[in-house]
Amino acid sequence: MAEQSYRDAIKDALREEMRRDERVFILGEEVGVWGGTYAVTRGLYDEFGAKRVRDTPIAESVIVGAAIGAAMGGLRPVAELMTINFSLVAMDQIVNNASKMFYMFGGQFSCPVVIRTPAGWGQLAATHSQSFEAWYASLPGLIVAMPATPRDAKGLLKRALRSNNPVMFIEHARLYNVVGEVPDGDYTIPFGVSEIKRAGRDVTIVSYSRMLHVALAAANKLAQENIEATVIDLRTLRPLDLAPVIESVKQTHRALIVEEDWVTCGMGAEIAARIGKDAFDYLDAPVERLGAIEVPMPYSKPLEALALPEEKHIIARVKEMLT
Amino acid sequence: MINTATVANIQPATRDATLSVTREQGLELWRQMVLIRRFEERAEQAYTEGKIGGFMHLYIGEEAIAVGALAGLNPDDDVVTHYRDHGYALARDLAPNALMAELYGKATGVCKGKGGSMHFADPRKHFWGGYAIVGGHIPLAVGLAFAAQYQNQPRVAVAIFGDGATNIGMFHESLNMAKVWNVPLIILVENNQYGMGTAVQRASAVPDMITKALAYNIPAIQVDGNDVLAMREVMLNAAQNARRGEGPQFIEAHTYRWRGHSMGDPQRYRSKDEVEKMKTRDPIARFENRLLEYARATQDDFARGRAEVERVAAEAIEFAETSPFPDPAELYTDVFAPEVTNG
Ligand SMILES: Cc1ncc(C[n+]2csc(CCOP(=O)(O)OP(=O)(O)O)c2C)c(N)n1
Ligand SMILES: [Mg+2]
Repeated sequence: MAEQSYRDAIKDALREEMRRDERVFILGEEVGVWGGTYAVTRGLYDEFGAKRVRDTPIAESVIVGAAIGAAMGGLRPVAELMTINFSLVAMDQIVNNASKMFYMFGGQFSCPVVIRTPAGWGQLAATHSQSFEAWYASLPGLIVAMPATPRDAKGLLKRALRSNNPVMFIEHARLYNVVGEVPDGDYTIPFGVSEIKRAGRDVTIVSYSRMLHVALAAANKLAQENIEATVIDLRTLRPLDLAPVIESVKQTHRALIVEEDWVTCGMGAEIAARIGKDAFDYLDAPVERLGAIEVPMPYSKPLEALALPEEKHIIARVKEMLT
Repeated sequence: MINTATVANIQPATRDATLSVTREQGLELWRQMVLIRRFEERAEQAYTEGKIGGFMHLYIGEEAIAVGALAGLNPDDDVVTHYRDHGYALARDLAPNALMAELYGKATGVCKGKGGSMHFADPRKHFWGGYAIVGGHIPLAVGLAFAAQYQNQPRVAVAIFGDGATNIGMFHESLNMAKVWNVPLIILVENNQYGMGTAVQRASAVPDMITKALAYNIPAIQVDGNDVLAMREVMLNAAQNARRGEGPQFIEAHTYRWRGHSMGDPQRYRSKDEVEKMKTRDPIARFENRLLEYARATQDDFARGRAEVERVAAEAIEFAETSPFPDPAELYTDVFAPEVTNG
């Protein structure tokens, strides 16, 4: 085990898979000469050259579409979209091509393309601070991974690069510098396996990506007041593994979902509905959700801070649920 | 018309090739066109009987483009087309039975009844499918062309779509990046003068589609799309150039669709006179005259050929009618490809 940043873990996954498999190549805006907008691909251009680390025009539709076509043609493309906000311009390719290909043509061919893109924020205002994971997770045929830790980022990305299916791999701009333990050697993490990060008897907190860290911090504070939370990291949003969540809720009788997208029609809505169905008789309180306030993201720092849930909100909400 | 003197890349428009194929090849091209037409006439009839549903876009009147274009390609060149895909599937030799069964939504369909008219495909024949979002498949062809380039394979990829699709963003993104990457892509635009009910001049800022290719420095040519041999020649030439590493090539084929945009189109946007006038340019009848004149073909050849095509089309209907619908369990299959187990 070595400590590594989320950014470097992703870079290593790319590098190792590119060394292992000639078919893997990267395309996207500023991935090559520049070294990646968030420096994830820095160094790969020098190692693999312009053939395999390909700068593209600012044209998200053809970046994703050509990646899908290249996957049909036998390659293993990694399309990097500078941020998830720009994925909207490529939405048609993701929705109508990538996620439909296998079914629509009767299982004759799939398109194993990996679309890497960060969600996140940081005084970037309304169009550059969004989280669309729930939109993508609603699509049958598309795998959606949203790792929270360096270990999971590397393992899930390697898994994605060996998958036969299209994968939306959603990173988080505020996690790139987060450091964590990463196993030595080659490993992958399967899709559709949630992880219990912390076990506690009083409440089940469900989260993923950056909010997982906030939830864990809140759980640690709650523990000082003798409130024990279970915290579960979903890791992939499709397939969505809620079995451990249901099991846990049966013990704790309370569930709180913490997400960074808007609460209305967000991931939490789906999770709450399923808990309500599969653990109805065990609930001692309504399933609760914490997510972004329902406004376009403002620029001003104090306003931006108000728009997202923080540790203190989680703590307060859990206490409310327990009274 | 574009001024060829000022635009070096544009080659002269229509050409009237003398017979550039053997008698057998000529008769085979003719047979393919007749098969497409009869297949579609039978499908049209089945549709009006309620046996086929959804959107079905007929190719009748445009057959020479698919037949000529694919005759100019190798069988392993990658083809990606729009929803008006029956002609291309038949010209790529997908089985008429499996195609008709697909229209009927039967389990024996080429896509197990999950695709329908707009989504014929067979990857074993490098026929990567019909796509129903206007322009949405053009980037796929860029990717397929790139895959060939990356793997040093001599294949080219062809993106096929209509005049209307040249107005959408994905067309422009694709041409631009294809040129920057210099991939072996052939862009084939079927200019049938309408996108649904909107005439080209009401939708496109420029009357000639090739002008748009020139904006991206892509060599472009206009061709009479109702001339199967001219189609074949421009495709042979484009494929040769692309295979030689000269990058994307652009073909604008002029044609006219005889039927409505799709089944049930009331066609308020054009007159019956116009349609009748354009039908005099029937690609099949014109080619028959050429074959009679230059290839010693006889009316007997045509009669025999028509009887054979009739039999194939009738058998396709019979096959589709007698095939079972998909098992209800099929609803749930093929959402995801089987995941690898070794990784
Ligand atoms: C993005 C998108 N917008 C609109 C449509 C509806 N539509 C289907 S075909 C068509 C016309 C396309 O015309 P053209 O590209 O000239 O091809 P043609 O049908 O004439 O062969 C339209 C508007 C669609 N399928 N996709
Ligand atoms: Mg048209």
